[in-house]
Amino acid sequence: MVAISREEVAHLARLSRLAVSEEELDTFAGQLDVILQAVAQVGEVAADDIPPTSHSVPLTNVLREDVVTPGLTPEEALSGAPDAEEQRFRVPRILDEDVAS
Amino acid sequence: MTELTKLSAVEIAGLVAAGETSAVEVTQAHLDRIAAVDGRVNAFLHVDGEGALAAARDVDARRAAGEALGPLAGVPVAVKDVLTTKGVPTTAGSKILEGWRPPYDSTIVQRLRAAGTVMLGKTNMDEFAMGSSTEYSAYGPTRNPWDTDRIPGGSGGGSAAALAAYEAPLAIGSDTGGSIRQPGAVTGTVGAKPTYGGTSRYGLVAFSSSLDTPGPCARTVLDAALLHEAIGGHDPRDSTSIPAPVPDVVAAAKLGATGDLTGVRLGVVTEFAGEGAEPGVLAAFNEAVDALTKLGAEIVEVSCPHFKYALPAYYLIGPSECSSNLARFDGVRFGLRVGDDGNRSLEEVMSLTREAGFGPEVKRRIMIGTYALSSGYYDAYYGQAQKVRTLITRDFTAAFERVDALISPATPFVAFPLGARTSDPYQMYLADLFTVPANLYGGPGISVPCGLSGGLPVGLQVMAPTMADDRMYRVAAALETAVGTLTPPEL
Repeated sequence: MVAISREEVAHLARLSRLAVSEEELDTFAGQLDVILQAVAQVGEVAADDIPPTSHSVPLTNVLREDVVTPGLTPEEALSGAPDAEEQRFRVPRILDEDVAS
Repeated sequence: MTELTKLSAVEIAGLVAAGETSAVEVTQAHLDRIAAVDGRVNAFLHVDGEGALAAARDVDARRAAGEALGPLAGVPVAVKDVLTTKGVPTTAGSKILEGWRPPYDSTIVQRLRAAGTVMLGKTNMDEFAMGSSTEYSAYGPTRNPWDTDRIPGGSGGGSAAALAAYEAPLAIGSDTGGSIRQPGAVTGTVGAKPTYGGTSRYGLVAFSSSLDTPGPCARTVLDAALLHEAIGGHDPRDSTSIPAPVPDVVAAAKLGATGDLTGVRLGVVTEFAGEGAEPGVLAAFNEAVDALTKLGAEIVEVSCPHFKYALPAYYLIGPSECSSNLARFDGVRFGLRVGDDGNRSLEEVMSLTREAGFGPEVKRRIMIGTYALSSGYYDAYYGQAQKVRTLITRDFTAAFERVDALISPATPFVAFPLGARTSDPYQMYLADLFTVPANLYGGPGISVPCGLSGGLPVGLQVMAPTMADDRMYRVAAALETAVGTLTPPEL
């Protein structure tokens, strides 16, 4: 039985913002199928009444006083950006041409 | 004088404190060693010789001025390339971060500097800490100093190999599913995963935030404990950092070094003491159990029935969290951007950037995580894995009502040949079989050398209750007195 098809892998790649090649799709489809069939073993455990654990330590909101502390300068914060302009991250267009015009 | 690179951190700090050598001399000796052997090992992605010598000169100057310095002042340390270092390249083993120089230091690195240690450079790792052999590094594999045709474990193979190759006496790793302990085991070194939340994740490039735990790597248990003490403790910049003092791991390591475990109850995990480990590993483990008995420990067998589901649960939870965490690599704020020709949309540029910047294992995990979190599959995969996580935690809690600590082999097999498991990703995952339960539970675990199998190191794992990290150091230090440290062949 196949857990995941090539088409589903292509869909996952798109959701994951990965422009994978046709050749990669062939490889990944087989590999992801093996992995998913193996990890599906978690389904063997009867756990209907078991609460889920997201973290091993109890999570609480961590609050602090609203005081100014030293942080990065705009130049430091932008120092690794592929593109920046006027102290901002510069991004490729986010709207379609016809919408933008 | 004895070769400086062969000394422990304690010995180096002692010589520096006594004025018998200087931090600069020690640092230069390690830089020379790296220059001589790292071409064959590839433990380092970046060596910061200038920064290291400047830090060493600073330690020497402070000592000359009569300042009281800490127990690790002047000791070189290698840092896994998953932790940010201000102005020093940080890649997490990925092409997507090639050339990135972070504008800030991680908390761990800040504390290393405050302790007067000298950072030599950044060590190789599987890309984004996803892997068990360091073969998934985008910068070529690290090789095991015991046999350079074999893997050094992963994801922190660079840190462990740097220790075994005498390129550094101390190193930092990060352990999400075994990435400190498993490389420690297969290189004959010591690797400790602290309690989750016991060491800060601030400035640690995130893989799986509910599991990621930075920790110490060393050649001796006491050195690891000293490093643990230096980097551990509450950090207000990490919301899951535990606001409590670090357990006294140094005192525990010293107590263990007396070689007396009278009154200590150790549980051998039934599920990990039979099938699953290769015969040579089991033989070395069983000999170590005998040694622990001779030291006075009481050994009992403890069943943890859900541990066999830890690996599948881990390989759902880790990828799920990674698929979310790695969304930040979008070609906007740092790192690579590909295909931005002025015509392509943001989404296209993002997809081309991630396609070019991520390696195959990272892509696999992002897609597995995306699948496990998608609406139709959430309950059967991610949701069910979280419930299994609860049951594994209950297994630990029940076990620690009967015993002080649990022991098992650290890995199912010794270092395997390069390339042996890369074509079948799930075969690679099996390397983490014995280490993932502690990550899901959150408690500490340590791998300590327990012998050889076919001339290659075997590690014994000690697991303790959360915030009882001291217990595992006591047991590991005691075993070290019986087994001794392992010395690899000359490179």
